[in-house]
Amino acid sequence: MSVLKKEEVKHIAELARIGIKEKEIARYQKDLSSILDYFKKLKALNTQNVKPAEHITGKKNVYRQEDTVKETKEKEKEGILKNVPHKKDGKIKVKSVLN
Amino acid sequence: MINEIHQKILNQEIKAVELVEKYFKKIEKEDKNIQAYLTLTQDLALEQAQAIDNKVKRGEAIGKLAGIPLAIKDNILIQGIRATSASKILDNYIAPYDATVIRKLKKEGAVFLGKTNMDEFAMGASTETSAYQKTKNPRDLSRVPGGSSGGSAAVVASDQAVWALGSDTGGSIRQPASFCGVVGLKPTYGRVSRYGLMAMASSFDQIGPLTHSVEDAAITLSVLAGEDKKDATSAKSSDKLYENYLTGDIQGKKIGIVQEHYEGLDKEMKDIFFQAIDKFKKLGAIIEEIEMPHNQYALATYYILITSEVSSNMARYDGIKYGLSIDDEENSGAGLLETYLDTRQYGLGAEVKRRIMLGTYALSAGYYDAYYKKAQKVRNLIKQDYKKAFQKVDFIFSPVAPEVAFKFGEKMNDPLKMYLSDIYTITANLAGVPAISFPIGNLTIDEKKLPVGGQLSAQWFDEEGLLNTAYTWEEN
Repeated sequence: MSVLKKEEVKHIAELARIGIKEKEIARYQKDLSSILDYFKKLKALNTQNVKPAEHITGKKNVYRQEDTVKETKEKEKEGILKNVPHKKDGKIKVKSVLN
Repeated sequence: MINEIHQKILNQEIKAVELVEKYFKKIEKEDKNIQAYLTLTQDLALEQAQAIDNKVKRGEAIGKLAGIPLAIKDNILIQGIRATSASKILDNYIAPYDATVIRKLKKEGAVFLGKTNMDEFAMGASTETSAYQKTKNPRDLSRVPGGSSGGSAAVVASDQAVWALGSDTGGSIRQPASFCGVVGLKPTYGRVSRYGLMAMASSFDQIGPLTHSVEDAAITLSVLAGEDKKDATSAKSSDKLYENYLTGDIQGKKIGIVQEHYEGLDKEMKDIFFQAIDKFKKLGAIIEEIEMPHNQYALATYYILITSEVSSNMARYDGIKYGLSIDDEENSGAGLLETYLDTRQYGLGAEVKRRIMLGTYALSAGYYDAYYKKAQKVRNLIKQDYKKAFQKVDFIFSPVAPEVAFKFGEKMNDPLKMYLSDIYTITANLAGVPAISFPIGNLTIDEKKLPVGGQLSAQWFDEEGLLNTAYTWEEN
């Protein structure tokens, strides 16, 4: 079984924006490696002339009609803002992206 | 069951309000043992029931589902009602809008009893990963109800609702239906709108009913199905009333069986499977051996694709727009990145995190071609297997699960073992075909009768053929 390196696990966690503790890394190495090994089964299959699966129902490019977007009603805004953890003046508060 | 209740409401033998009160009494008595409900919606239910009673009194027409109480899986949104997807990260989330299926059911006058327990974010096959509680299998309280729609299956099996809504990404309606001894239908992908269903794997998810009978599954599907502008992946409406296609005649219909499916089954499961096939033969169906050569690659294909889609869909749970927002300033910093890291570290459960990590890996630079792109090609091969099969047969009959309901904790430590529970159900989601699980027998273990389901699948959008075939078996 090829085991993922610690650095790889840390890198994946960073990409996934999930904080992990040192003691969790070993568990992830084991779990991810064993599942990834299982995925290697697919390598043996010849898919040279196979196209990737498209949308199941064959639908393509469903667009919204022009001018169908209306302004959000007050009541709808309330329902949305009710769930916002940090808000100010009816807007969602976000910490600065650039420091 | 639904039709009988509907008639009683129509000729005023029973009032919708009485029915609702009867069910809440049952819930009060049963659910402390079963633990299927996360949230009860008594006020809403009584309001809905009263509205139907008023209509009946005024002599107004009512729909087939009017006044009939159902339960809803907690990843489907009802406006103003808590929706958690069995995760701590949404512990305090109140849905700001109705899912399309909910809007349709409200229009029909259905009555909502409450939200049911599930595996967290629908990831699991036992309902054990719920961050809140463990739902017990009503047939044996030491065993799981299956998952991820375990709560929904359990409420129907224990008469705590007439029927329930579930969702199915890799078997999450069918497998718990099999474990609990009820009917579970996964429609063709696109048949039922996904608007208002918290997305797990967007090219796999479908909402479907769990019911007491195949006829009930047909009646409910008629209301749930239909094209929806708000779901760009929904298919053109068929405008069919599926219950009108239940003829009870399957003479000459060809049903395919796959050797790889049944040869691995334990003897007792195999016996039940073949008894079911004999019954199909007696009803005039023709059984044919067919091949699905890419079956062996299904599990790997499924898990690469769904974890990839999961890693994308779960990105929205970041502590900014809704749900839990954590800043563990002691262990990490106090910036935006730390909000993401901490919220997701503490708010999401182990299985959810594991799948996000897998999907992130599969989609990351250097691995995309080897995993995701490859899996998408194999998905196409699996779809072709079904196309070729349906040139020879009308339906495919297979097991639902390799086993009956297992005991709590039996599979929790080995994710791969848990994933193998899905082996018979995932291909229908990979190909998008409709599939139904219905009870075909029982296995007696520890003096408890544990249900076994059989699975029928049909061609894309042939829900009427699918339902009629299952119905015919069930009625004889």
